[in-house]
Amino acid sequence: MLLKKGRCVKGVNFKNHLDVGHPVTNAKIYDAQGADELIFLDITANKEERHILIDIVEKTASECFMPLTVGGGIKTISDIDKVLRAGGDKVSINTTAVENPRFIGQAAKKFGRQCIVVAIDYKLNKKRKNEVFIYNGTKATGRDSIEWAREVADLGAGEILLTNIDKEGTRSGYDIEIIREVSGAVNIPVIASGGAGNLEDLKKAIIDGHASAVSLASIFHFTDQNVIKARNYLKTWGVDVRTEA
Amino acid sequence: MGSKTLGSQKIAVIDYQMGNVHSVAKAFKLIGGDVVISNKKEVIERADCVVLPGVGAFADGMKNIKKFGLIKILEEEILKKRKPFLGICLGMQLLAKESDEFGLHKGLGWLDASVKMIKTGDTNLKVPHVGWNNIKMNIKCPLFKEIRQNSEFYFVHSFHVVCKLTQNVMAVCDYGIKLTAAIQKNNIFAVQFHPEKSQTAGLRVLENFLNLSKKEHA
Repeated sequence: MLLKKGRCVKGVNFKNHLDVGHPVTNAKIYDAQGADELIFLDITANKEERHILIDIVEKTASECFMPLTVGGGIKTISDIDKVLRAGGDKVSINTTAVENPRFIGQAAKKFGRQCIVVAIDYKLNKKRKNEVFIYNGTKATGRDSIEWAREVADLGAGEILLTNIDKEGTRSGYDIEIIREVSGAVNIPVIASGGAGNLEDLKKAIIDGHASAVSLASIFHFTDQNVIKARNYLKTWGVDVRTEA
Repeated sequence: MGSKTLGSQKIAVIDYQMGNVHSVAKAFKLIGGDVVISNKKEVIERADCVVLPGVGAFADGMKNIKKFGLIKILEEEILKKRKPFLGICLGMQLLAKESDEFGLHKGLGWLDASVKMIKTGDTNLKVPHVGWNNIKMNIKCPLFKEIRQNSEFYFVHSFHVVCKLTQNVMAVCDYGIKLTAAIQKNNIFAVQFHPEKSQTAGLRVLENFLNLSKKEHA
């Protein structure tokens, strides 16, 4: 769930966001359907508006007894501490990981590496290379997505949330090739993100792309698919999903 | 410190600045316990049962337990007075004698166990072990009363507790190797998974723990 000024939003290729409801209400629906985890990514992430995010995490954690990952503007140890104290289980770090890679290790040492998710947003650049972008997909970093994945795993990341910016919100299928490359390059779990348009896409990301988990947004916001259908579909393909949720 | 009236079961959730105390407290509140988040001696003394949650690195966890002077209090209330105790995740690992997370560190030593990095020996089984996994439980363990065998719980950890005594192990989870998922030694209970994050089955574990202290103090 992308959050902007306390609302849940969704766009295409990190742009043109539409309002898709109240985050806590949405969270309760996903919880009732037995989602395995919720990811909140705050795309406002202004210092002045951080309390809104913390407030949403707190409210969600009082009603949904399920795993919560929280990201957007995480810059300091104290930012992580606030998220965890509000009821988050993991934090997702993106821009700060690139600008200050040592922070990954510092955070892992303080909170354990299982708590530190590094989000990698990438897209094809003019040289047809998959380049990592920060600041919500607006700033190129010159880093190669697979090399950066390897580096963050070495630095202490516990998971990688891998998002193809060109795919995000398009519902045209995940970027299976890069998912498979990154999953093979690191020994930590990789969450596939960006592009899920139908249930077959989930199967492909897991079976062909070797993703440890799949992250979905548009398909739940804008189609009649839901967590229950997704789980049942994956089960028929022999994917190890929860049996009763 | 407010002097709350002694109502039903008073649960002390230990705050030693290691993460997610509020989720645990909220879960117990939902079940109907009288929860206090604290690291104060008086509160822990008055509590009917004690919960040690925790997210973070082992060394920091021990450092903070010492910093807040909790070792003596916990030993008095749990080991001597035998109040029901529940350790969750890091709160379970700290009961071991030692851990090799970021160097060798001494734990509380309540259990004859050590904490080791998970080595699955299978590149598809990645570490950290993150996500839902089913557990094989000893159905005689009161924590698992009326919970279906093989129920799934949420795990998020890179290290696991290796017990010397198998009779202390109340549940295991298969992740290439057998990981200790739950422990009981007398009044000391501990779980590696997060019951406060495991939806219905998780809340049932917490309820079972709470009922335990009702019985013992009836």
